[in-house]
Amino acid sequence: MRVVFKKSYDRDIDLHEHWLDRAKIAVLLAVMAALPFLVGNYYLAEAANTLIWALAGMGLMIAVGHTGQVSLGHAAFLAIGAYTDAGLMNAGMPFWIAFPVAGLAAGLFGAVIAIPAVRLSGIYLAIATLAVFVIVEELIIMLEPITGGVGGTMAPSISLMGISFDRYGALANFYWLVLGIVALVTWGYANLMRSPTGRSFLAVRDSEVSARSLGINVTRTKALAFGLSAGVTGLGGALMGHYIGFFNYELFSIFISINLLLVVTIGGLGFIQGAFLGAILITGMPQVIAILRDTVNASTGIDLASLPGIDTMMFSVLLIGFILFEPTGLYGRWLKIRTWFEIFPLARRDMFRRHKTYLKTERMR
Amino acid sequence: MPMAAHLMEVLQLLIGGLANGCIYGLVALGFVLIYKASEGVNFAQGDMMMLGAFIALGLGNEGQLGLSFWLAVPLAIALMFGIGWTVERVVVRQLFGQPQFALVILTIAMGFVFRFIAGSIWGYSPLVLETPFAGVNLSLGGVVISLADLIAIVVTLVLTVALWAFFAFTKVGLAAQASSQNQMASYIVGVPVMKINALTWGLSGAVATVAGVLYATRGAIDPNIGLLGIKAFAAAVIGGLGSLPGALLGGLLIGIIEPIAGRYAPGELAIMSPYILMLVVLVTRPGGLFAQIHMKKV
Repeated sequence: MRVVFKKSYDRDIDLHEHWLDRAKIAVLLAVMAALPFLVGNYYLAEAANTLIWALAGMGLMIAVGHTGQVSLGHAAFLAIGAYTDAGLMNAGMPFWIAFPVAGLAAGLFGAVIAIPAVRLSGIYLAIATLAVFVIVEELIIMLEPITGGVGGTMAPSISLMGISFDRYGALANFYWLVLGIVALVTWGYANLMRSPTGRSFLAVRDSEVSARSLGINVTRTKALAFGLSAGVTGLGGALMGHYIGFFNYELFSIFISINLLLVVTIGGLGFIQGAFLGAILITGMPQVIAILRDTVNASTGIDLASLPGIDTMMFSVLLIGFILFEPTGLYGRWLKIRTWFEIFPLARRDMFRRHKTYLKTERMR
Repeated sequence: MPMAAHLMEVLQLLIGGLANGCIYGLVALGFVLIYKASEGVNFAQGDMMMLGAFIALGLGNEGQLGLSFWLAVPLAIALMFGIGWTVERVVVRQLFGQPQFALVILTIAMGFVFRFIAGSIWGYSPLVLETPFAGVNLSLGGVVISLADLIAIVVTLVLTVALWAFFAFTKVGLAAQASSQNQMASYIVGVPVMKINALTWGLSGAVATVAGVLYATRGAIDPNIGLLGIKAFAAAVIGGLGSLPGALLGGLLIGIIEPIAGRYAPGELAIMSPYILMLVVLVTRPGGLFAQIHMKKV
């Protein structure tokens, strides 16, 4: 157990409590940056994919994990990000303009939607976002001149200052670009959460009534959080577009929304680390399933590939398991294990007991 | 086009839409039942409808178990009642006292499981439920009504009234409403909250089966028809979650708007129309048409 000796109040809101935490992050970043030299192209592409999912997951985490607004329509923001980015770049804009604009467009759209939607709480918001998703999907098909309609559109390859960041031609460069963007966003996100704005997100999540009584403008805070969330997801969408290369509206299906929700729930609601753990899980699972399928096929002769939809099924069962037995997700489980070791003989069973809140009606507000 | 023929066409669209709307309304009723009793939202309702339809098909069709239609349907309803009840007992009950969205995510996942089960048993290609009244049409002064449409409308009306009466007049129904308003308080005054929750889940499974069978009488079914649940959800929200007549009205509105929009507007707009309607209702009347939300007075 280490003791942190605080000599000023600022230490209370420091990003890292101890220099060791900072060192760990630095080591992790160094390993990630060295990855192109350590693994082959296949795994490097997978790593880039995982980072992109983590970025999109972080976007959703702001809304679901930190402000308590469940969204079932975040695939819409992914789509807006991807199409804005690809559209602008096809029109001749360089990446360094198209990319931020894509995030901004998704964020603004999210905020505009959020202003009426935040009047709705809980379940109504989830449904409203679902409706927005369906509308955006149809709009993409209708706006054929920009989006390519059903046929789809191509995200051109990125090149900055004469250096190519092509996803296929210069995969290592592309990976570093993604890593840099994700690291920047993560850093910004972590800092946001210790600013008054971030704290007000948490306050709104935990109790709207008490947040309001502390002088927080709940509607503004919620709209801001939703806009930020949509913006970050939009950035993720833009990168996803470049990663896939050629896409149409089907890339951003309702299943993507649900996968995103899976990322944040299984990863651990309310932890930035959770978005990363969830992303690792969701991009790693298909590989595991594929390997498992081959082993089962080789050893027992049962061909799992003959059962379509088994991937989704396994994801669903996993999700159900997490919701029932570990609602704090992977990161919550890790925290429990870590605490158990840190205070070794003193851990008690009820230390992390969940509080039950008995339901009071939403119909009285 | 002459005026009279045009009117006939609209009337024809209206009747088809009405029958469609009844099915949306029935699925929405299933949502509302669970919402009324436990204020939880079951996103797997559409998939429960799909499963119910497939069970009826599995029991009744010639190539499958081959029971008579009139035996297969009640059996399917009873089975789905059992499945709904079991789901509550085994899975949903574990979430008692957890935040609401946990149930949302759980039921979404459950929907995928149902879809997988149906897909593995019956496959993913469309199947047709064999019914005694398939293809029978009635002609009323130039407007053709299929018997299936008529049955859908009548059954829905009867079921809505029956369920409304159940919640308004019976002891169990009142207890269910009480437990949704404040679980703790109703527990204290002796309402068996858990039992009531299980019962409503069963009931909503049964209603979903009725919707599924009605849907199947009007066309082919495949495991993805569960996505209709999203539209039914819009119906429930338009009517105001928690109101049974509201759910029916919402379903009818959506059912009617869809073919009309499809007739006079581009196809994409027709697909969007239910959701646009829902957003408009949510923005103007956040509680739906039959709002159940009241501001708390301090």
